Amino acid sequence: MKAPAITLEGSASYGAVPVFDPLKFEAPAGAWTCLLGSSGVGKSTLLRLSAGLDAGVIFDGTISCNDGAPLGARAALMLQSDMLLPWLSILQNVALGARLRGEKADQVRAKQLLNDVGLAGFAQRMPNTLSGGQRQRVALARTLMEDRPVMLLDEPFSALDAKNRAAMQELSVRLFSGRTVVLVTHDPYEAARLGTSVVVMTKAGLQVLKPPATPVIRAYDSPDVMKFATKLLTLLHNESGAT
Amino acid sequence: MMRSFPKMLLVGVAVLILWQILVMLLALPVYILPGPIAVGLALWNNLALIADHALVTLIEILAGLVFGVSLGVAVAIIMAWSSPVRALLQPLLIFSQAIPIFALAPILTLWFGYGFGSKIVMTLLIIFFPVASAFFDGLMRTRSDWLELAQIMRAPPFRVMFYLKVPAAMPSLASGLNIAAVYAPIGAVIGEWVGASRGLGYLMLLANGRAKIDLMFAALIVLVVMTMLLRAAVHVISNKVLSRYIQT
Repeated sequence: MKAPAITLEGSASYGAVPVFDPLKFEAPAGAWTCLLGSSGVGKSTLLRLSAGLDAGVIFDGTISCNDGAPLGARAALMLQSDMLLPWLSILQNVALGARLRGEKADQVRAKQLLNDVGLAGFAQRMPNTLSGGQRQRVALARTLMEDRPVMLLDEPFSALDAKNRAAMQELSVRLFSGRTVVLVTHDPYEAARLGTSVVVMTKAGLQVLKPPATPVIRAYDSPDVMKFATKLLTLLHNESGAT
Repeated sequence: MMRSFPKMLLVGVAVLILWQILVMLLALPVYILPGPIAVGLALWNNLALIADHALVTLIEILAGLVFGVSLGVAVAIIMAWSSPVRALLQPLLIFSQAIPIFALAPILTLWFGYGFGSKIVMTLLIIFFPVASAFFDGLMRTRSDWLELAQIMRAPPFRVMFYLKVPAAMPSLASGLNIAAVYAPIGAVIGEWVGASRGLGYLMLLANGRAKIDLMFAALIVLVVMTMLLRAAVHVISNKVLSRYIQT
């Protein structure tokens, strides 16, 4: 499983209304790229297009990987909602991909992944007996179960409380190591902690910023992180003020 | 349900007392409106007769339910599966619902005979629509993020239908079934009114014709109780089976 670098070039529109103007988005191989921007700027659309989903827009452009192979079947997606199916047990939810494709699920691996996300005893529980933080960890295990080299994350941590969010961020960085990750977020602080590359998306286009040189996941109380987060916040603030 | 039972019983008893008082005050003859005591007596004295006819009606209702629900479920899945079929069937379905099924009863009797056949078809027709339309609605309303997840996971359409859309639409099917349970007895009784030699509907018509209004009411009460029990049974079963499909 070699993680590719991803390039998305083009523009998207919804009928005659542009969602985003021509732009070039790059996510380096095997690293975390944080895509930051205010709501409605087209971040999620960009991510969905990368995942090969019909984002409900007309996309004029190309999505390519540096190894020449198509991205399509190599991406996994995690959203703010955990998407757990209420009628399946936790273990069955983790192995959902195999069930939906009609393949035999690797139970051992599914249990191992539940163990990795700290939910070893939860295999037979139903989703409604879990807390929000636990459910999102099941979603993480389900995403890892698919074993794709590219992880597309659309604000998967934003519905969690501060403590659970920090724990999920640390867990994800550890478990996604070696994969190409694109994280859509509206939290400058999250981008400052997690981004190897940080891209700010505004109506004017993309702006690539250089995050602190320290490796991820960066300490939340490091001055570099705080300074960078403030810089991002200022950028976002000025943009929303301008429109 | 269980907690409201004493309250329901109290209301029922109050209605019966009021009914009896009304009948006695107005001195209504038994062939116009018998009191609950007279109806109770008629029920007791004709227990074997009523039970015999009730069994026939029950079989018609249950058979109609099985066939009607199966057909409704199948049509809903086919419509959700294919958009050309959907475009073709949706107007037909609405058209079929615009036909007053009651008006069809004589012709059904002509086609399917005086026995079980015409009543089962009648019941089937009357419950088909609520089941098909409720389930179809549910199938078309699968959460879009679940569908996206299935797409990312490269799930073939057949598996998406039966492992995602169908289970996700179970609560809608349950509401369709709950309506069907109430409608089904209506279908069977209409069928019996138009032409039958057995069943509660037939018995009511017969009793009415012979001015045995107390017997007619006794049969009616048995029919009402049967309908309520059926509804309660469907409710309990669907709740039990569906509880895990409902919460998210």
